[in-house]
Amino acid sequence: MRSRNWLSGIVLGAGMVFAASAASAVTIGFSQVGDEGDWRPAFSKDMQDEAKKEGIDLKFADAQGKEENQLKAVRAFIAQRVDAIIIAPVVVTGWDQVLKEAKAANIPVFLADRDVDVADKSLYVTRISADFNLEGRLAGAWLAAASKGRCNIVELQGTTGSAPAIERKKGFESVIALFPDMKIVKSQSGDFTTDGGKKVMEAFIKATDGLKGICASFAHNDNMQLGAIQAMKEAGLHPGKDVLMVSVDYVPAMVTELKAGDANASVELRSAIGKYIYPVVLEYLKGKKDWPKWVKIPSDVHTAADVK
Amino acid sequence: MKERYIPIAGTIFVFIALFLTGGALYKHFLSTLVLGDLLADNAFIIIAAIGTTFVIISGGIDLSIGSMIGFVGVVMAGLVGHGWHPLAAAAAMIAFGVLYGGIVGWIIDICDIQPFIITLAGLFLLRGSCFMVSLDSVPIKHSFVDAFSAWRIPLPGSGFLTSSAIVMLLALLAGVVIAHFTRFGTNVYALGGDRTSAALMGVPIRRTTVMIYALGGFYSALGGVIYALYTASGYPLAGSGVELDAIAAVVLGGTLLTGGVGLVVGTLFGGLISGLIATIIDFDGTLTSAWARVVVGLLLFLFILAQRTLIGTRNALRQSIG
Repeated sequence: MRSRNWLSGIVLGAGMVFAASAASAVTIGFSQVGDEGDWRPAFSKDMQDEAKKEGIDLKFADAQGKEENQLKAVRAFIAQRVDAIIIAPVVVTGWDQVLKEAKAANIPVFLADRDVDVADKSLYVTRISADFNLEGRLAGAWLAAASKGRCNIVELQGTTGSAPAIERKKGFESVIALFPDMKIVKSQSGDFTTDGGKKVMEAFIKATDGLKGICASFAHNDNMQLGAIQAMKEAGLHPGKDVLMVSVDYVPAMVTELKAGDANASVELRSAIGKYIYPVVLEYLKGKKDWPKWVKIPSDVHTAADVK
Repeated sequence: MKERYIPIAGTIFVFIALFLTGGALYKHFLSTLVLGDLLADNAFIIIAAIGTTFVIISGGIDLSIGSMIGFVGVVMAGLVGHGWHPLAAAAAMIAFGVLYGGIVGWIIDICDIQPFIITLAGLFLLRGSCFMVSLDSVPIKHSFVDAFSAWRIPLPGSGFLTSSAIVMLLALLAGVVIAHFTRFGTNVYALGGDRTSAALMGVPIRRTTVMIYALGGFYSALGGVIYALYTASGYPLAGSGVELDAIAAVVLGGTLLTGGVGLVVGTLFGGLISGLIATIIDFDGTLTSAWARVVVGLLLFLFILAQRTLIGTRNALRQSIG
């Protein structure tokens, strides 16, 4: 009898210690798409590093690009009763039910990066992400200034139908539309890849007889622009001098090109965005409930002058 | 214990051991909520894997089920977008699955082709067709879909049994009945055990082969329907790689890849084991998802090794008797 009391005392004590340690830290579940490309692993790592700095107990789940893995992970977070869930969605559709389950469990959901298509927008608190349209506008504004508003442009588009490709194009076009002597003369998809960018630029070079009369190349991401730079060099042209080169992402390889003068400007798509995301989540948990449905992460243009 | 029940006993043991391990390691793990989620989230894989169980017991293989799941989803989304009722679209897609499977089985028998190669062709064909139908994920917006995914039976505790889990359990029950209480079921085992003897004993090889793959088509299409309802969308990339997850579920469930031996109910636990490993990794939150694959791979390896040993002792017994 006596030993049983002892035992229950230990169990109770251990339980209290456990409960106390769990109560002190905020637990956040983060469901990431996967680790494709350069940007996303950097984003994942930043989220983990920033969580450590903020003292957040981060549950990180990588969906390996699969919707079903992501749904499983979010349900596991709900079952685990985390304090908040951050989702970088694999696809825009299919979120209604699981978000309802999160809401029923009183767990707030935040979106990072991509959007979701749900009937009831109150199922998530807010989306925290960069503004692709603004990135396009910044690229356009830089080019307008650099070319004094007179420029024939070739454009390397991202994957057809993808949100960054659509929005960067729209943003860029909205700015150059303000300048009657700026226009896009050629535009094709390079699928966001270096190889794709190289092929498209090779075709442009052929079609325009060595880029005659072309003043700038705008690429929806750096990888395609890196391919374009290669293609131009192979054709004996001087990217960055004969033709202004502007793109989006600001990846390390582009920094090297900017230094070498082969590229002129790159709009940064930040991967270190944990410092923009966590404060929103933490403030929400502390009681600030009213957030716009989209919290925009600022963008920045980098030129050769920045990297010297 | 009868020899045929040893593998399934091993499977259930591993499942329970994993569940208890999760419970010992993480708070809130030992709950009906986790169990219900496990059944719901893995329902479509398990449904498809039930069909694969029949195919593998018969000594065949089916690599096209992941693509079938994707294809069923995008076409269903398209049909519902054109005003079809989701149930009518589901029925049409299941009929397509049966027909498709039947044709595959017929070709395998008529042309005497390796099932591996023809179903691999099916994998490419159906996945390619997904992209012909749609490049993006298409939402399925219909009040029936909302009602289906919202409907659930509460379990004691905080958990619930969702409609997809219930469909899965019914599909499993049907599979068990077909496997163990019908002439067709007996023929499947006979075919997988020894094709020549089966033919000599009067098993209609062609008809059975056609029916096996038609049944496989039925289950993979049903899996696709459940996936589409579960995500309320059709996505051309949905289900990629699921054929391998299904085969893993079947093997973890104690079915021999050499054919002739296996239990349909084992596949349920096989599928739940992979799901459980993923859940444990999500609960932990610091392990990378690569661990899920590593652990499933190790388990598969152990199971196959154990099965080899079992077959070895059985063959040795037979020889000593013979």
